[in-house]
Amino acid sequence: MNVINATVPTPVQAAREIESFRNDFPILKLKINEKPLIYLDSAASSQMPQVVIDRLVQYQTSQHANINRAVYELSEIATSEYEGARRKLQRFINAREDREVIFTSGTTDSINLVMHGYGRKFFKANDEIILTTLEHHSNIVPWQMLADETGAKIRVVPANEDGELLIGEYKKLFNERTKFVSLIHVSNALGTINPVKEMIAIAHEHQVPVLIDGAQAAPHMTVDVQDLDCDFYCFSAHKLYGPTGVGMLYGKAKLLESMQPFKGGGDMIASVTFEETLYTTIPHKFEAGTPPIAAAIGFGSAIDYLLSIGLDKISDYENELLNYATEQINDLAGVRIIGTAKNKTGVLSFVIDGIHPHDIGTLLNEEGIAVRTGHHCAQPIMQRYNIPATSRASFAFYNNKTEVDALIKGIHSVQKVFS
Amino acid sequence: MINAKSLYQEVILDHNRKPRNYGALNEASHHAVGHNPLCGDRLNIEFNLEGQYINEIAFQGESCAICKASASMMTTAVKGKTCLDVETLIQEFRDMATGKLSLEDPHHLGRLTIFSNIRDLPTRVKCAILPWHTLHAALHSETSTSTEAENDPVQSSTDTA
Repeated sequence: MNVINATVPTPVQAAREIESFRNDFPILKLKINEKPLIYLDSAASSQMPQVVIDRLVQYQTSQHANINRAVYELSEIATSEYEGARRKLQRFINAREDREVIFTSGTTDSINLVMHGYGRKFFKANDEIILTTLEHHSNIVPWQMLADETGAKIRVVPANEDGELLIGEYKKLFNERTKFVSLIHVSNALGTINPVKEMIAIAHEHQVPVLIDGAQAAPHMTVDVQDLDCDFYCFSAHKLYGPTGVGMLYGKAKLLESMQPFKGGGDMIASVTFEETLYTTIPHKFEAGTPPIAAAIGFGSAIDYLLSIGLDKISDYENELLNYATEQINDLAGVRIIGTAKNKTGVLSFVIDGIHPHDIGTLLNEEGIAVRTGHHCAQPIMQRYNIPATSRASFAFYNNKTEVDALIKGIHSVQKVFS
Repeated sequence: MINAKSLYQEVILDHNRKPRNYGALNEASHHAVGHNPLCGDRLNIEFNLEGQYINEIAFQGESCAICKASASMMTTAVKGKTCLDVETLIQEFRDMATGKLSLEDPHHLGRLTIFSNIRDLPTRVKCAILPWHTLHAALHSETSTSTEAENDPVQSSTDTA
């Protein structure tokens, strides 16, 4: 018996294996306009595998009660499942302790938590916050609100024509007033993977803490917060095959402890009188009110699912799809890819000469193809390229080359309508 | 659900390719800028009133084919009409696009009924309405308008990554 040969998968077997995961997603069997749904908008929100849907049903049918309160059995089960999901997240990002993981309503909420909890407590007039051209609005607007309130200033790292940040320019932005860096790990509009580890190290040379918006990174690559040495890291469940309404914020325990609470309410207190409230410890200090318990448990289940496939395998496969699609689009006359960084995730933003992205989106929908069209909540990037909007196809491991071919055919037919 | 391709008819594509009354006037008694923040469409519309009549009108801006064709056809439709007639037309166009007006009801829309199918594409209704919305603002001497907030003709779309 040749054991070694039996365990080394041939490329064909590997392809069949990754293809089989697609069957885990019931929504991908839908038809749109009598054509099979081709879902190329996972960067906006990914679909949910049956195992996560089942987990939500199981929780709701046999485990639900409010957490951290009552002494009856059901409440204990719910609390233990919720805290279990926190530990799954801790392991997923390799945080030192589970109390460094805070459940939020999503990435936006996580950034707002840091803005209120850290920024409002520590920033003053003329302090400087470094952002980048590639930020999503959710990592711009909270800091602008803080700047308006405190008189702090925002500095922006520029990007080159490929959509890569200019690290030399980034280094020049630091001075004695620099108090914070908040930057996106992977651009949602262009797919650029930023060199965050290097950028964090540069900030730390100046004793400046760094928040990483990992909404587009965590679903596609291994994230190790200790290796990155980031001070904060955040992402959402619904871009990671989990439910909407929940996300997480990682923060180094010391920083989280130094911060003021973001929201006040039940579950975040040690004691309350009308004269004074004493706050409880992290992470609960930042989890006022009843959290999205079911969604958090679903988040944990999505992480189990992702790890069962393996992020390296996912990343390799998505890269292959990206390269295949990039080649095909580059061959099309009148179509230009926006965002051509060397390191990218499966995001393809493109413009077609003489055709507005919204017309492209409407006509592709006719073919059952779902792409995102617009500014992708990243208007500064659109301004950088002097375009109003793009069409964006984004890939997940449940997509395949047949779907890329359908996209290319769809673009042809859009061009034909306008020819 | 209608076939969206049926909306992209030759008339609309032609007005998109060769928009009528495109550009700016030397002088204008009325003007307004319309903006749809969700998709970034932006239109500038200006016209001159002679008595109660719109005798000159022009538009320019950055927009999708539906919006540009709607603006182009609008300018040809309202040129030479009185403010009162134009107000009626604006109301009828909005009602048609949002499904409140049936084409069997009496109306003055003429060739503009080519946009009637837009009612079945809720995400695109605002594209067709923006020029009319902007014209309305100009008539009422509001210099800027948006398809959002209190002016929202249809339920707002979402703004996510």
